[in-house]
Amino acid sequence: MTDSKYFTTTKKGEIFELKAELNSDKKEKKKEAVKKVIASMTVGKDVSALFPDVVNCMQTDNLELKKLVYLYLMNYAKSQPDMAIMAVNTFVKDCEDPNPLIRALAVRTMGCIRVDKITEYLCEPLRKCLKDEDPYVRKTAAVCVAKLHDINAQLVEDQGFLDTLKDLISDSNPMVVANAVAALSEIAESHPNSNLLDLNPQTINKLLTALNECTEWGQIFILDCLANYTPRDDRESQSICERVTPRLSHANSAVVLSAVKVLMKFMEMLPKDLDYYGTLLKKLAPPLVTLLSAEPELQYVALRNINLIVQKRPEILKHEMKVFFVKYNDPIYVKLEKLDIMIRLASQANIAQVLAELKEYATEVDVDFVRKAVRAIGRCAIKVEQSAERCVSTLLDLIQTKVNYVVQEAIVVIKDIFRKYPNKYESVIATLCENLDSLDEPEARAAMIWIVGEYAERIDNADELLESFLEGFHDESTQVQLQLLTAIVKLFLKKPTETQELVQQVLSLATQDSDNPDLRDRGYIYWRLLSTDPVAAKEVVLAEKPLISEETDLIEPTLLDELICHIGTLASVYHKPPSAFVEGSRGVQHKRLPARAGSGESAESPEVGQSGTSEAPPAVIPSQGDLLGDLLNLDLAPATTTVPSVQPSMQMGAMDLLGGGLDSLLGGDIGGSPSMGAALGAPAAMPAALSNAPAVGGGLGDLFDLGGGVGMPTGFYVAPKTLFLPAMKAKGLEISGTFARRGGIIQMDLSLTNKAMSVMTDFAIQFNRNSFGLAPAGPLQVLTPLTPNQTIDVSLPLGTTGPVMKMEPLNNLQVAVKNNIDVFYFSCQYPLSLLFVEDGKMERQVFLATWKDIPNDNEAQFQIKDVHLNSDAASNKLQGSNIFTIAKRTVDAQDMLYQSIKLTNGIWVLAEMRVQTGNPNYTVNRNKESCQ
Amino acid sequence: MIHSLFLINNVGDLFLEKHWKSVISRSVCDYFFEAREKAGEPDNVPPVIRTPHHYLINIYRDKIFFVSVIQTEVPPLFVIEFLHRVAETFQDYFGECSETTIKENMVIVYELLEEMLDNGFPLATESNILKELIRPPNILRTMVNTITGSSNVGETLPTGQLSTIPWRRAGVKYTNNEAYFDVVEEIDAILDKSGTTVFAEIQGVIDACVKLSGMPDLTLSFMNPRLLDDVSFHPCVRYKRWESERVISFIPPDGNFQLMSYHISAQNLVAIPVYVKQNISFFESGSSGRLDITVSPKQTMGKVVECVVVTIHMPKVVLSASLNATQGTYKYDPLTKILVWDIGKLNPQNTQKQPNLKGSLSLQSGAPKPEENPSLNIDLKIQQLAISGLKVNRLDMYGEKYKPFKGVKYVTKAGKFQVRT
Repeated sequence: MTDSKYFTTTKKGEIFELKAELNSDKKEKKKEAVKKVIASMTVGKDVSALFPDVVNCMQTDNLELKKLVYLYLMNYAKSQPDMAIMAVNTFVKDCEDPNPLIRALAVRTMGCIRVDKITEYLCEPLRKCLKDEDPYVRKTAAVCVAKLHDINAQLVEDQGFLDTLKDLISDSNPMVVANAVAALSEIAESHPNSNLLDLNPQTINKLLTALNECTEWGQIFILDCLANYTPRDDRESQSICERVTPRLSHANSAVVLSAVKVLMKFMEMLPKDLDYYGTLLKKLAPPLVTLLSAEPELQYVALRNINLIVQKRPEILKHEMKVFFVKYNDPIYVKLEKLDIMIRLASQANIAQVLAELKEYATEVDVDFVRKAVRAIGRCAIKVEQSAERCVSTLLDLIQTKVNYVVQEAIVVIKDIFRKYPNKYESVIATLCENLDSLDEPEARAAMIWIVGEYAERIDNADELLESFLEGFHDESTQVQLQLLTAIVKLFLKKPTETQELVQQVLSLATQDSDNPDLRDRGYIYWRLLSTDPVAAKEVVLAEKPLISEETDLIEPTLLDELICHIGTLASVYHKPPSAFVEGSRGVQHKRLPARAGSGESAESPEVGQSGTSEAPPAVIPSQGDLLGDLLNLDLAPATTTVPSVQPSMQMGAMDLLGGGLDSLLGGDIGGSPSMGAALGAPAAMPAALSNAPAVGGGLGDLFDLGGGVGMPTGFYVAPKTLFLPAMKAKGLEISGTFARRGGIIQMDLSLTNKAMSVMTDFAIQFNRNSFGLAPAGPLQVLTPLTPNQTIDVSLPLGTTGPVMKMEPLNNLQVAVKNNIDVFYFSCQYPLSLLFVEDGKMERQVFLATWKDIPNDNEAQFQIKDVHLNSDAASNKLQGSNIFTIAKRTVDAQDMLYQSIKLTNGIWVLAEMRVQTGNPNYTVNRNKESCQ
Repeated sequence: MIHSLFLINNVGDLFLEKHWKSVISRSVCDYFFEAREKAGEPDNVPPVIRTPHHYLINIYRDKIFFVSVIQTEVPPLFVIEFLHRVAETFQDYFGECSETTIKENMVIVYELLEEMLDNGFPLATESNILKELIRPPNILRTMVNTITGSSNVGETLPTGQLSTIPWRRAGVKYTNNEAYFDVVEEIDAILDKSGTTVFAEIQGVIDACVKLSGMPDLTLSFMNPRLLDDVSFHPCVRYKRWESERVISFIPPDGNFQLMSYHISAQNLVAIPVYVKQNISFFESGSSGRLDITVSPKQTMGKVVECVVVTIHMPKVVLSASLNATQGTYKYDPLTKILVWDIGKLNPQNTQKQPNLKGSLSLQSGAPKPEENPSLNIDLKIQQLAISGLKVNRLDMYGEKYKPFKGVKYVTKAGKFQVRT
């Protein structure tokens, strides 16, 4: 007989029958009845009506019956809290039972009854059980603390259970230790800053001892806890690694992966020349490979993690390419992950093998997989230069198959290959053009249009081809429309005579008939450009494009480091920091890899960096994603809709700085210097640039110009004095002045000239409230009376703690000067660089993180022209004005400088400056954020 | 930790739910059903599904989805491992893990789940301990229980729960003391059209059946331990001794268990026991195709290759196959599009007449020539051979006086053995 008999129903009504049976005198009948009740419960039937009858069966010495009643109680106590109280006495009594199994069972069940009234009664028995002589009871009680904490956190703290739990970490029984760690970890998750798991070398030692003896699940808890510890030095780090390494041979893959996490993290601290470091690297490969022979679900999680590990330490698995080869009956989610890792591992040494595999995959059944395989071929071409030719020919073979989606994918990737290796493979264009008609996906159409536009001069019938697309212009997706617009403008600039009509047509389609603001804006920009200055238009539209980055989709290094600390967790599956998605994560701490020993210079030296990623190229700026991405959008992607506006009325203070402040500083202040023509950044930035043309770029340019030209010692740039107050307006007092920052102090240098006939005395100065709270830090020191025609120079120290009021423009300052004659008012504008503080050097890590976090629409771009400085000199020069270079890297003969500026009021401005050697123009990308 | 568990069969009926913390409405499974729908094949359901408030981590075993719900950051591997453990426990208790057996033993299932997890923390997952707490069902016990009124729940604390060897119960007694070890190796391989090995590796396990009285301490040593550089052990194995002496020293659990698994990587040369010559082609016109497959023994170390089966997933347009097999039988299922050719033994002597399957395939008329190439899946078995060459040297027992009966068996099988066309 089986339990299915419990499901039989009778005509009279199940509940009624059960009730009778539960109240039966016969023990056996009672038990059967409870079993029936439980069976109904498991399938989701509501048997809560039987609550009092079932609870009545609780007082029994039959353990099975007791367990069954407990099961029932746990399920229904919440809905019948008053009835549940009836059970309390039995629980309390059971907690004193001589049989440890019953004591443990009672405390365990009580913790599962989520009724407030019951929890009050739970405290005393729990306290006893935490100190029980039997470890089985103690370990159960440890978990019960976590349960209670979930129901009533305050109660747990008030009752001092947390301290008892911490004491259990030193328990003699490894199972108790493991459960205490597990409970504390769970509690700590809701209190990120409570420092519950205060790890010190002693507790670490205890954990490591318990690690060897506890169950596999306990090992996972302990390893995850160990991973949060930061060893004091490399020796401690090594000794922990040595004791954790045996876990790599555990049969439970979760244990293995948690051990990998600890090792990956602590390895950071080991000196690379240490023999042990090499040994450890070798030991990591086999267990990772073994994970791939497990069940597909395990493989999937393992692969997601291996993806991270391969990016962090490619050397571990560089010889294991073959284990990632795809089998046709792998589930699709495993296939896609394997493919991703294959590309990451692809190198010159194994590219032939990889390509042969990828070609094989391109003939599989699964469409998603085939598409990704075709894309992978393109990525190989971009990653391994030597293979590009072979990749292109493989792609051409695939295009010959005429399988629709294969062709489309192939064209999309070939476009990228053109970007990477310009003027190398254009011979295939003819083949591509043959397939024009079969393209029905927007991405493929856009890619093809881009190719036609880009190489219009080599394609005889480019105008016909583009015209054919134009017919259905309004039915196309935005991506294709934008691309078509740009391509036709390109075509026009290349072959102006034959295509005038075409360009007219597309411009009017884009600007007049379209509802899409992006399209319209881009259309207008081209139109205006073409009509005002075709030469400039050519420079803009046909500008040389930055080459496509080799490692397109690498995870950005800071994020990668954080994810490495989260190996084996959900974060590692989603490749996102836990703060990005874990529900109720109240301020999840960002975990960091420890610094390598010996890199004592830490933050001071950007070469070593804090993350210890010294093997990485000196700059840790994300390659494509956010930064270049915007630039690449120039032609490829659907237009970014960020139109940086120069309208002076932005909502936030931070926005103001960008919109009005800096620009007006740069322009208004020193603007108009004829050598500094403005140029255009990305098309998105054009409207801004156009309307503000002469202004943009002035200020920074000036900094360079003067500093570089005259060969002044690097330091804060001080503009020549300008006339603030003419004598006519102030009864003979003429004031001219400028602003300077010397040794961290802001000074206003004033020249006061008496052009009147009488002596002037009793000078005083006051500022109106202004945007940055500038105020005189001392009185105006004019000690001697100012005789007629005498000029006196004074320096007035300024503080930034005065009252704040937003001014228009932002850097406007209204000043009142008083003397014995009258009070005079004038307003002047100070350079914003005055407010750049000396500690404006942001840590690289922070910089990266911040750069990412700043929304795109806080970004502005402009060019500075005619500055004949190389990037290093520029960086030095700028440093004199407290614009700090955080990192520099060189991409395709362009130096990228990443800079940070901090204003006195705590606002940060981040900038990216691109300096092309030999090209006197700089491109500056500004980004900013407010700290408040 | 693990919040709830739902069991769902492959047609989408939810037939069991268990909550270890507060109750989560079963409507959370709607997200799973959505993903299930999207995935098409049940095998393709992604293991981790994100919902607005929970994460669903699921495995698909024996036509049942084990869907667990978690709410906080929990290592997914931990959950997946646990779910597999649940499935294995059901298998162990009821002989098979299926919807029917689970429903038949609903109460035991519920008791087991309660015992395996407390508040989402694993409590007792070792089959030894579980069996002491909750006795597995069998006909005799059910009868005895009914007559005597005793129950199938243990009254005492399992001895293994707290000792440092939780996998073994105390007081084991046998009249015949015996220890058997099976060395099972599976070849995972991909061969290309021409029969060249693209990739091959060996997954090996040593399964043990140990029925020894008392607390025996065993030592197993190999002739060629150097083969094993990537191993995973049952928790009973003393890792330090393996590191220093390359012997496996352990106090065994009672009964059946997996002592170790190992992996011989693609970098070593793996012997491929069969040679497959095949040609499957479809004609541009005439809605037909040809198939010609020959299988012959290759590196078999003088042993006979048995149970050879070739399975081919045909493209959808293949309606029927009219073939001729020189050995064994073939069957084509036009519904699943699977062609199975059961060859049986490969005769190593008769090299002239190798098993061959040849003939024509007829396709749906008017349909275009299939784009994809079907892959061949090979199954085989070789008794008395571990293809890696691994050999057990000796097994010693310490700590007990009696003389046990010992035995080692070797077998090689095909794992994921594929031939591309």
